[in-house]
Order: sequence, then structure tokens, then C-alpha cells
Amino acid sequence: MAIFKKKRNYFTLDTHSVEQKEKTEIKPSVPEGMWHKCRGCEKMILKEDLMKNHLICPRCGTYERMGAWERIRLIADEGSFREINGNIVGRNPLDFPGYEAKIEKVQEKTKTFEGIITGYCTISGIRVAMGVMEPGFIMGSMGSAVGEKVASLAEFAEFYNLPLLIFSASGGARMQEGIVSLMTKASFAIKKHSEKGLLYISIPTDPTTGGVTASFAMLGDIIIAEPKTLIGFAGRRVIEGTIRKELPADFQSAEFLLSHGFLDAVVKRKEMKAYLAKLLQLHGGRRL
Amino acid sequence: MSAWDKVLKARAKDRPLPLDYVRSIMDDFTELRGDRLYGDDQAVVAGLAFFKGQPVTVICITRGKDIEENIIRNFGSPNPEGYRKALRLMKASEKFSRPVVMFIDTKGAGCAVEAEERGQGEAIARCLYESASLKVPMISLITGEGGSGGALALASGDEVHMLENAIYSILSPEGFSSILYKNPGKAKEASEIMKITAEDLLGLGIIEGIISEKGDINEHLDEVMEDVSETIRKFLARAEKVSPDELILKRYERFRSFGKVYWKPEL
Repeated sequence: MAIFKKKRNYFTLDTHSVEQKEKTEIKPSVPEGMWHKCRGCEKMILKEDLMKNHLICPRCGTYERMGAWERIRLIADEGSFREINGNIVGRNPLDFPGYEAKIEKVQEKTKTFEGIITGYCTISGIRVAMGVMEPGFIMGSMGSAVGEKVASLAEFAEFYNLPLLIFSASGGARMQEGIVSLMTKASFAIKKHSEKGLLYISIPTDPTTGGVTASFAMLGDIIIAEPKTLIGFAGRRVIEGTIRKELPADFQSAEFLLSHGFLDAVVKRKEMKAYLAKLLQLHGGRRL
Repeated sequence: MSAWDKVLKARAKDRPLPLDYVRSIMDDFTELRGDRLYGDDQAVVAGLAFFKGQPVTVICITRGKDIEENIIRNFGSPNPEGYRKALRLMKASEKFSRPVVMFIDTKGAGCAVEAEERGQGEAIARCLYESASLKVPMISLITGEGGSGGALALASGDEVHMLENAIYSILSPEGFSSILYKNPGKAKEASEIMKITAEDLLGLGIIEGIISEKGDINEHLDEVMEDVSETIRKFLARAEKVSPDELILKRYERFRSFGKVYWKPEL
């Protein structure tokens, strides 16, 4: 069919696995030092304990935000993740002053080229295409490169008949790239993937807002999230400013979305991998 | 004219609104209401009409002419019901093989507790998603403000055209400046850098054409209406020549080409 014809190859392969990254590049998303102050109970906890516990406070159970590579380590089978399109970066369509320098600084700090890592891996032996957004990359904002990488990942998954998993984390569209960052190639590519009868599981993570909520994060055949994840379209402060009153603490939380019918389930961090594996099996995924 | 002057023109009280265009260039506009799920959102006005004798689906996001109408239309900021009504009519256009003509004048999607409760993000996302494979021609005309995802939901078709003094932006200049400069008062400054004018967007390849306002749109309304009509007529003539599958492929390539990226060898 003409619709599936490709004029060019959209994706390129790159084969560094998590292990290679681990040796040199993975940095935990919690700050440097031996101690970490929990954002829930505000107690000091040993960073080592926090890391061992998948960034969940051992005292009060508060979830810390997870960096992309940490998430990959948690979800992908050990050593199975291969990154694709790792070196794709955006341009400066508005010629926004200082944007290139800002990007370079963030790249340096996060050791990541852009706001999402995409690739393929196995989850309990089942092959998937997976994208994980990096909340620390200019607030996980979605610019041209993120759109391009999500669209390419969906096309890759469509080409190889793979289920698609996206962990999003985003403050919204990247302002510095203007309207260009809104152009909906990701949603279009996900639709094409879907028309081939393939599964897309979206896992919005804390926080997922704005342009990402209004596109690929809400388009999953199945949408699940960790407890208390912030998921919304408009910012809390914007709404509070409009209605001039304070909103309840659970507004735009995963539980709020679940009760309003916009999530399939709230799944604990430690159970996420097993839950995903079960969903994949229920859609015909077989162990390699 | 500076970008900020255009912002003011786009927001002017006496500027023609989407329904003025519909009434002027189409016949027998018949409004169809409701999303069949929750309610009817009057920030989105949709229905059927004859365009030069051909039935088309018309969907508008519009503010009101005066305060009373603005209250009914929520100042042109739709709730999820508006997008779901738009989507319902898009799907119906496919069933009955009617082109979709969309007019946009909105500051952006509504920001309210109710909108979040009823899935504003999901409603917009679904419009984009279904636009990807809708087998009928889709054209959008931005007549005033085209604010953010709220406008994009109805601008994800085959072509987007703008009136000369319309604007199309990632966010209102006020919102942009409060995010980037932490100061909503720098909206004017922000507007100059955001590339929101028709000319800038044509340069970026985001839109297909600009319709001249002949100096003062209100003085030359008939001529401007005629040009808008001609833009739609030419688009429909072009779209008629391609098969639905080709149309969808072209639409895909259109969006796929936005946002140039490159390969950076190393950090």
C-alpha cells in the first residue's frame, strides 16, 4: 500500500548498550554527595540506600524522579537495551539568543544529547521498542529532536512489528524552539504504528504536562502511571491564577486521572516491569 | 509592522471572526452541536455548508464579538467537549466524503479544573492522531490568534493558511515571557522573537500561504473574503486530483519534514 512506502530511511542504528554507558556515563538523577533529603518526609537518607531502593524513600515511600538511563536499567532486561538515533539533536529555529549554549551546557551536565533516549530491548525476554524521556533535560521539554526521535522510534517499531513503550516526562513544548516544537510528527507516526495492529503502551512519569500530554502521552492503547505522578495539560499555577483559589493536593495526580477515566491503572515502581511483561504477553508477546 | 502590532490587530475587537467568513463565503451553514459524550462547547462552532455548491464540513474555534458572546464562547478557549465535537464531525466527513474547512481564532485551549477533569490533553491529542489518517482533504485558516495546541488540534491537516495579520504561536506572548523571562510583562519583547507572524511562519515552512488584508481588513472586507474563498477553492481543486491514500501520505510527509534535526558526532 502506498501509505507504507518509505522514501528514505528514518532511523539509524547505534549499538552502545547500557553496560557501556554504565561504566562511563550514567549519573544518578539525585544530587551529588552521600546524603539526600527526601522531598516527601524531608529526612536525610543515605544515597546508597535510595539508589538500592529504585529511588524510593525507604522511610516514607516517596518516589524521586528517575533519570532516563536509571529507568532503562529498571525496566529493560539486563544488558538488552540498544540505543538508536542517539546523536540526533535539534537546531535553533527561532535563533533564540543563548539557546545553543544552553543546550550544550545541559548536554554536558546530563551526558545526554537530547530530552529522550530511544532504542530497543527485551522486557522479560519480550522484544520492544522503547523511548524514555529525560526529566533533567531542560525540564524534559519537547523540541524538534524529541519529536523526531519519537516519530523515528514509532516508525522503527512499525517496520519491525514491535510493541512501542514510551515513558514520558515533560514540562511541555520547548519554548526556545517556538511553534516548530509543536508540529505533531510523533502523533502521526504513532497512528501509523497503530494501524498496523501494533501495541503502544504509554507510561507518563512525573511530571508529564503540556504539549506531551496533548500528544503522544495520551495516545496509548494502554496508559499506566506510577502512584502520585503529576499528569496534566495546563500548569497548576496557571489554573490557580485563573480561578484564584488553591487546588487540592491530588489534582492532576495519577490517582486523579484514574478516577476520571484517563488511566488504565496505577502501578508501583517495583511492580512496573512485571506489569508491562504481563501486558505484552496478553498482546501475544513471546519470550525470545 | 512589528510582531506586537500584529498581536494587537489579531486581537482587535472589530476584527472579522470565523463565523463572518463562513457566512460570507458559504451557503446554508447548518450548525451541528454536541460531542455525544458530555456536552456542547460553544467555543467550537461546527456544521455543514455548501461551498460553491459542494457540501463541506466547517469547524471553527471562535471568540465572541462582545462580552455576552464571549461568555458563551469562553473567550474562544475550548474545553475537551469542543475538540471531541470537532473530532466527531471530522469522522463524519470521512464517512460522507466531505472536505473539512477549519477557521481558527483562539488564544488556546481552556485552562480550567473542569477541562483537566475531562481530559483536555487527551481530547487535543486525539484530534492530532485522527487527523493523521482522515481520508478527506483538510484545510485550516487562521484568521486571528492561533494559540498553541488548542489551535494545532484543528491545524493538523493538509494545508494551513493565515490572514496577513493573524498570529500562530507555541503559547501566547504573555505565557511565553512568563516562562522564559519569568515576567509576563515582557510579552511585547517576546512576540518579536517568537516567530509568530504569517511571514515568519511561511519562511519556516509551517504554513502554505498568506491572505492579504489590503491595508485595513474592515475597509476591504469583500475583497479579503473573496481571497479566502479563492484560497479554499484552489486547495480543493488540488486535493481533488490526489487519491485518499496519497493525500494521507503527503500529509504525513508534511509533518515529518518539520523541525530540522542533525547528527552530532559527539558531546
